[in-house]
Amino acid sequence: MSQLLEIKDLVAGVEGKSILKGLSLSVGKGEVHVILGPNGSGKSTLMNVIMGHPKYEVTGGSIAFEGESIEDLKTFERAKKGLFLSFQTPEEIPGITVENMLRTAKQAVTGEKVKVVPFRRELKSLMEELKMKPEYAQRYLNVGFSGGEKKRTEILQLLMLNPKLAMLDETDSGLDVDAVQIVSEGVAKFHNAENSCLIITHNTRILEKLKVDKVHVLMNGKIVEEGGPELIDDINRRGFTHILDGASEGK
Amino acid sequence: MAEEFVPKKKTYVEDIERTLYDIRDEDRSVYKSHSGLTEDIIRDISKRKNDPEWMTEFRLKSLETYNNMPLPTWGPDLSELNMDEIVTYVQPDAKMTGNWQEVPEDIKNTFDRLGIPEAEQKQSLAGVGAQYDSEVVYHSIQEDLVKQGVIYTDMETALWEHGDIVKEYFMTLVPPKDHKFTALHGAVWSGGSFVYVPEGVHVEIPLQSYFRLNAAGAGQFEHTLIIVEKGASLHFIEGCSAPKYNVTNLHAGCVELFVKEGARLRYSTIENWSRNMMNLNTKRAIVEKDGIIEWVSGSFGSHVSCLYPCSILHGENARCEFTGVTFASKGQNLDTGASVIHAAPHTSANINTRTISKAGGAATYRSAVKVTRNAPFAKCSVNCESLMLDSESRSDTLPVMDIEGDEADIGHEAKIGRISDEAIFYLTSRGIDEEEARAMIVRGFVEPIAKELPLEYAVEMNNLVNIELEGTMG
Ligand SMILES: Nc1ncnc2c1ncn2[C@@H]1O[C@H](COP(=O)(O)OP(=O)(O)O)[C@@H](O)[C@H]1O
Ligand SMILES: [Mg+2]
Repeated sequence: MSQLLEIKDLVAGVEGKSILKGLSLSVGKGEVHVILGPNGSGKSTLMNVIMGHPKYEVTGGSIAFEGESIEDLKTFERAKKGLFLSFQTPEEIPGITVENMLRTAKQAVTGEKVKVVPFRRELKSLMEELKMKPEYAQRYLNVGFSGGEKKRTEILQLLMLNPKLAMLDETDSGLDVDAVQIVSEGVAKFHNAENSCLIITHNTRILEKLKVDKVHVLMNGKIVEEGGPELIDDINRRGFTHILDGASEGK
Repeated sequence: MAEEFVPKKKTYVEDIERTLYDIRDEDRSVYKSHSGLTEDIIRDISKRKNDPEWMTEFRLKSLETYNNMPLPTWGPDLSELNMDEIVTYVQPDAKMTGNWQEVPEDIKNTFDRLGIPEAEQKQSLAGVGAQYDSEVVYHSIQEDLVKQGVIYTDMETALWEHGDIVKEYFMTLVPPKDHKFTALHGAVWSGGSFVYVPEGVHVEIPLQSYFRLNAAGAGQFEHTLIIVEKGASLHFIEGCSAPKYNVTNLHAGCVELFVKEGARLRYSTIENWSRNMMNLNTKRAIVEKDGIIEWVSGSFGSHVSCLYPCSILHGENARCEFTGVTFASKGQNLDTGASVIHAAPHTSANINTRTISKAGGAATYRSAVKVTRNAPFAKCSVNCESLMLDSESRSDTLPVMDIEGDEADIGHEAKIGRISDEAIFYLTSRGIDEEEARAMIVRGFVEPIAKELPLEYAVEMNNLVNIELEGTMG
């Protein structure tokens, strides 16, 4: 089966600092993949690079989406191809309401004029499901939102924009039990056989409603171990260091 | 409204679309004073204007004050202003009328292009004044307001028909000796608006005066005097523009606002002078017990501007709301801000401003908040934010606070910044292209201000934040 996302030997860094050191990873259509790794190993960098953050410099390797190279595409063009990133720390943007941003974004990714009435209806019903107060549609994007509200707003955008690949960067971190539940239901609602998820998490509860196909362990800028969902339990019990030990022993 | 997106190499926030303002008419004045300032010129202007005697004396005394005062030493450099080259009085060949049909064709066309008669017809204005160069050429007010005793006329008419009121208030709040340009104003003022709202009368629909300076190398010195009596209310709008010439024009207007006990005045101005204009305007309000002054102030044009509307909160519980936006582009040095004097207990003020600078423009926010010993429990919150759209542009904030009253609650927040790369990345990661993302951020930046502007000016503001697409989209 052809891969939705295919990364080969990716080398990338920022301000002369090397962060990703030859990383390869593939995600097939309809699959759910999980990335585990200690803090500072390069997980967020990987997602930023896939999304085309101009701050990061890619010096080697390739990124293909639906079989086409996307390295030369700008961030908004990647989004229009169906990539989506739920940020670990979403930006606060004063003066732009959640609704205004979503309407503009939806118009951009679908390439069609958004009809106000159905758009509002969809927005309202999704906000209800995510247990967001309806007045948040008129609030400035993330300004003064709590951590949990920011993450729910990310999932709201995911559901409204309906991309082909959802990259979730610690969407569940720092949330209370109820908020994780809501976010996890949101992701489950999004996922179907036509789209894929790439999820960074330290907390397996976001995965409860999903069937995980593959787990990648990222350490020091490389994928050091891959396996099925059982790898999650393994790491939860024994930590990351034994993997590194195992990996170096194996060489 | 925003124009079609046209592929372009560079991303930039558009300047104001100026073509509308830049159409200049033939010089059709019947009289122009000699340039420069002498006692003879002042006497001559006064005679032509048919001033009452006290006003002629007032002018001559102001001239003396003017001659004895130095240029202000702070703020933007004013040395390029040569008063010997400024024509202080330009009389158009039109008599004031209440009928647009009687206004000379080209002058009427100018106001048509600016949309003034149209707004009047649609009843979105209850009264209109239109000044062309030094004199008011059109004035009207709705009949029912007249019946309630509301007066809205040009200053010249007011001098004769309501001379006692004018004499009581004229340049008492902004005295000629205030600074060099108020002295100048006292000597050569011409045109402007006089509004009187009697006790308890609410003027529901705004009145609007529009000032148009057509003559090259001229000065405009209109005087606005507004008195809102006890418990009354008014929304007054002022707009100004001028076509561009290669010589320096000078605007030294003066605005005096008297807000009596429990009265409310909203005073909105949008200034869109051309880039050869030195705009040295003085505006002041005095607010009595429980009164409210609301300023909405947009500064988009001019070469140099110095504009710091001042509110004197004179009675207990008097309040001031100041909302301002300034946009400085290439060749512009706009020094704007606000000042508040808390002179009574429990007075409060809220100052909220946004400035944008681009293409080498300089925008300075300057504020002064004073709380006197007589003003315990004063409350003042200042929030000024500046956005620089490129690295050549400059932005400064210079807040001054002088607090003597007890239990004052003073808050000040100033932010100067650029459009954040992370914010752009966030929006583009949702599929929005970079240019639109920048435009959204700039629009969002001025949004809290834009929503306070009168509708037709909000549209103008929109033009200002037009963004064009980048060519690489292929
Ligand atoms: N913009 C940046 N500037 C400098 N260093 C960065 C930047 N982004 C990431 N790094 C560094 O790269 C490494 C990986 O960071 P990150 O990708 O955020 O890790 P993770 O998400 O796995 O915790 C860290 O050492 C971090 O300090
Ligand atoms: Mg991270």
